[in-house]
Amino acid sequence: MTRFLFRRLAILIPTLIFVSMIIFGLQQLLPGDPAIAMAGEERDPQAIAELRAKYNLDKPIWVQYGLWIGGILQGDFGESIRIQLPVSQLLLEKLPVTIELAVLSMLVALLIGLPAGVISALYNGRWPDYLANVIGLWGLSTPNFWLGIMMILLFSVHLGWLPASGYVSPTEDLWANLQAMIMPAFVLGTGIAAVFMRHTRSAMLQVLASDYIRTARAKGLYERVVIGKHAFRNAAVPVITLGALEFGQLLSGAVLTEQIFSIPGFGKLIVDAVFNRDYAVVQGVVLCTATAYVLLNLLADIAYFLVNPRLRT
Amino acid sequence: MIRTSALAALSAVVLLGSGAASAQTLRFGLAEDPDALDPTLARTFVGRVVFSALCDKLVDISPDLKVVPQLATEWKWSDDNKSLILKLRPNVTFHDGEKFDAEAVKYNIERHKTMQGSQRRGELSAVTSVEVVDPLTVKLNTAAPFAPLLATLTDRAGMMISPKAGKALGEKFATAPVCAGPFKFVERVAQDRIVLEKYDGYWNKDNVHFQRIEFRPFVDATVRLANLRSGQLDFIERLAATDAKAVQNDSKLKFASITEIGYYGITINIGKSDKAKTSALGSNPKIREAFELSLDRNGINKVVFDGLATPGNQWVAPTNPAYAKSVPIPKRDVAKAKQLLKEAGNPNPVVNLVTPTTTDASKIAQVVQAMAKDAGFDVRIQATEFATSLNMADKGDFEAYILAWSGRPDPDGNLYSFHACKQPLNYSGLCNPALDEILNDSRLTTDMAQRQAAWEKAAKIINAERPIIYLLHRKWLYAHSAKLTGFKEYPDGLIRFVGMKM
Repeated sequence: MTRFLFRRLAILIPTLIFVSMIIFGLQQLLPGDPAIAMAGEERDPQAIAELRAKYNLDKPIWVQYGLWIGGILQGDFGESIRIQLPVSQLLLEKLPVTIELAVLSMLVALLIGLPAGVISALYNGRWPDYLANVIGLWGLSTPNFWLGIMMILLFSVHLGWLPASGYVSPTEDLWANLQAMIMPAFVLGTGIAAVFMRHTRSAMLQVLASDYIRTARAKGLYERVVIGKHAFRNAAVPVITLGALEFGQLLSGAVLTEQIFSIPGFGKLIVDAVFNRDYAVVQGVVLCTATAYVLLNLLADIAYFLVNPRLRT
Repeated sequence: MIRTSALAALSAVVLLGSGAASAQTLRFGLAEDPDALDPTLARTFVGRVVFSALCDKLVDISPDLKVVPQLATEWKWSDDNKSLILKLRPNVTFHDGEKFDAEAVKYNIERHKTMQGSQRRGELSAVTSVEVVDPLTVKLNTAAPFAPLLATLTDRAGMMISPKAGKALGEKFATAPVCAGPFKFVERVAQDRIVLEKYDGYWNKDNVHFQRIEFRPFVDATVRLANLRSGQLDFIERLAATDAKAVQNDSKLKFASITEIGYYGITINIGKSDKAKTSALGSNPKIREAFELSLDRNGINKVVFDGLATPGNQWVAPTNPAYAKSVPIPKRDVAKAKQLLKEAGNPNPVVNLVTPTTTDASKIAQVVQAMAKDAGFDVRIQATEFATSLNMADKGDFEAYILAWSGRPDPDGNLYSFHACKQPLNYSGLCNPALDEILNDSRLTTDMAQRQAAWEKAAKIINAERPIIYLLHRKWLYAHSAKLTGFKEYPDGLIRFVGMKM
C-alpha cells in the first residue's frame, strides 16, 4: 500500500512538468500579442516595448519557460500583467471559493443522484425509473447559463428570496455565504447528478443480479440491510471513481456559472486571463488544477482500496 | 404616561436610526473588472469609473465638454502658447494627509512621463518640463504650442497621486492607491469587488453623500441588470440597448443616457500593408465610396441599437461644435453605388470584414453585409477574438475592420493618432502630407475658431480618402435605483459621484 502510494506520488512530478510544458506551449500558439492586448487604447509603442521587456516577452521561448519554472520552484508564480498582482495571491484568493463551490455542487449531485440511481435500479422498468431518467436527462441537457439566469430571475428578482450574485466568505457570514452559493451549487449539481444517477443505476442493477445478494436475501436479512449494506457498498465503487473525476472537473472552474452568479473563482479567473493574454495567470491556474486532478485520482484509488477488501493484499 | 414616554423614546430611536442610515453604501455594477488602479499604468474605461471616485484630476470636463476646475482653479497659456500655467486649489490633501501642491504636480507629471510601462507617455509627450513657480502655481512647458494639452489633463494624465505613497510603493502603487479624490481606497479583491470609503479631508466633502462605494464587476449585461432589479446593486453602467424599455417601464428604476464622444466605424486598410493593394476596398477609392453609399446608418442604428445611437460620418457627432458642416452624412444611394462599382470595373467586389466577437460588432457586421449586398458587395464576416483582431490590425493583416473608439474630450484625440502618418492608431495606413500639415496646425493654436477651420479642411480630405467609414456614435446607457438622485450624464461616460445621493 505504501509502496503504491509512493509510486503514485512520484509520478506526480513528471506529470506536472509535462503539463507545464504543454500549457506553456499552447499559450504561445494563441494568436495575439500579450503586450498589445495589455497596452492601453492608445497603443503607445513605447509602453508596448516596455511591457514586452518587463515580462520577458521578447526572449526566446525556452528562456521564458526556464524563467517561469525557476520562479515556481521558489514559490513565485509570476504576476498578472493586467492587474499587477502576484498570481500566487490570486490563486490563494480564488482556490477556497472554487473548492467550496465544488464541494457544495458535489453534495447536491450526490444527494440527488445517488438516491435517484438506487430507486431507479430497484424499480427498474417501472414509473419511478422513467421519472428519474427524465429528470436526470433534463438536468444534463439544460445549459448551466440558462438555468442560472432563470433561477436568478425567479428567486432573486421576482421572489427576492436569494441574492442574485456575490460571494461572502463563510468565515465572515456563514448564512450569507450559503445563500449566495445555493443557486450556483444547484445549477452545477443538477448537471452532474444525472451522471451519478445513471452510473449508480447500472452499478446497482449489476450488483443486485449477483449471487451474494440472493444469498443475503435467502439468509432472511432485512431488505434495507441487503440494499444499504451489501448492494450499495459494492455499487459505490465505480461511483467513487466517477466522483473523483467530476470533482476534478468542478475544481477546474465552472466558467459560465461563475460568470452568471459573479462567484470569484477559478473559472472567471482563467477565462479573463485567456482573453487578456495574461499568460502567467493561465499557467498558474492550469498547474494548480492539474495537481488537484492528479491528487484526486490518487485519493479515488485509495478509496477504492478501502472500500474493496479484495484489493488489499 | 408611561406609554407616551415609551412611544417618544421609540420614535427618537427610530429617528436616530434613520439619520445614521443616510450615511450609506452605493453598490455599483461595472461591466468588467478594472485593471491596475494606478493612473500612470491604467488602460481601461472601467478603471476610469473607479478613478472618478478615487483620484481627482487637475481639471475636469463639464457635460458640454468645457474644461472646468478640479484640483487646479485657474489656468492660462503664456503669450507664446508654449507654457500652461495652472493655479492650484489651496488646502487640498491626499488620502494619507500629505499636502497637494506644485511639487506634487511636478512629481506626478514626471512619473507619467518616465515610469516604466507608463501608458501616459504619449499623451504628455509634448510637455518638456514642469516648473514649480510657487507652492500653488505650476508651469508646464512645451517645445511647440500644443492645444490639446488642457484636455489631456482632464483624464488620467491629470490625475494626482500622493508623492509619498508613489515613492514608497513604486510600481506596486496599484495595490494600495493614495489619491486626492472624494473616496479613499479600502480594499480590492480581484474580480470580486473594489471598496472605497468617504475621505473626510476632501475639499468638497459637503457634497459627498455616500459613506462607501462598492464596485463589483458583472460581465454579462443581463446579469448586471438582474442584480439591479433584485436590489443587490444601486447603479449599473452599460445597460444593454434591448433592456432600455424594460428599465423605463420599471417604476423602481430610472434610465439615463447620453451620446458618447467616441464612435463605431469600419477601418479600411488603404496603405498599412500589401493587402491594401490587393483588396477591392483598399485599392480603389470609388469602391470605398460605393461601399459607404450602400449603407443606411439609420437602419443600422435601428436594428443594432434600438434607435438609441446617433448616426454620424465623422470622428465627432453631428451635434459636436467641431463637426464639419460642409461634409454632411450621405443618404443611402444604392443606384449610385452600383454605378460607381461599374465605373471601377468591379461590380461584385469581395470584402473580408474582420469583426470582433462582441455582440454589437457582430450585429453591425451582419447588417452591413445585408445592406452592401444590395449594391453588389460580397461581404465576408471574419469573426475574430478581440485581442487577436488588434494584432491583425497592428500588422495590417486585414481589409476592413469594425472598430470602436471610446473618444477623447478634445477632437484632436479622435483624429491625430488615427489619420496622421505612422501614428500608433493609424491602422488604415493613411499617409497624406497635406492632411498631416492641417492636423499639426490644428494643434498649434488655442484659438477654437482657427482649429475648427482646420478640422473642416481635414474632414474634406478624410471624407475623400475614407480610411475609416464612420457609422455612428453610441449612447452611454445607465440604469439606477429610483431612489438615487443627483446623477448627471457626461459624454465621456464617466460617473461623477459628488452630488449624488440616495
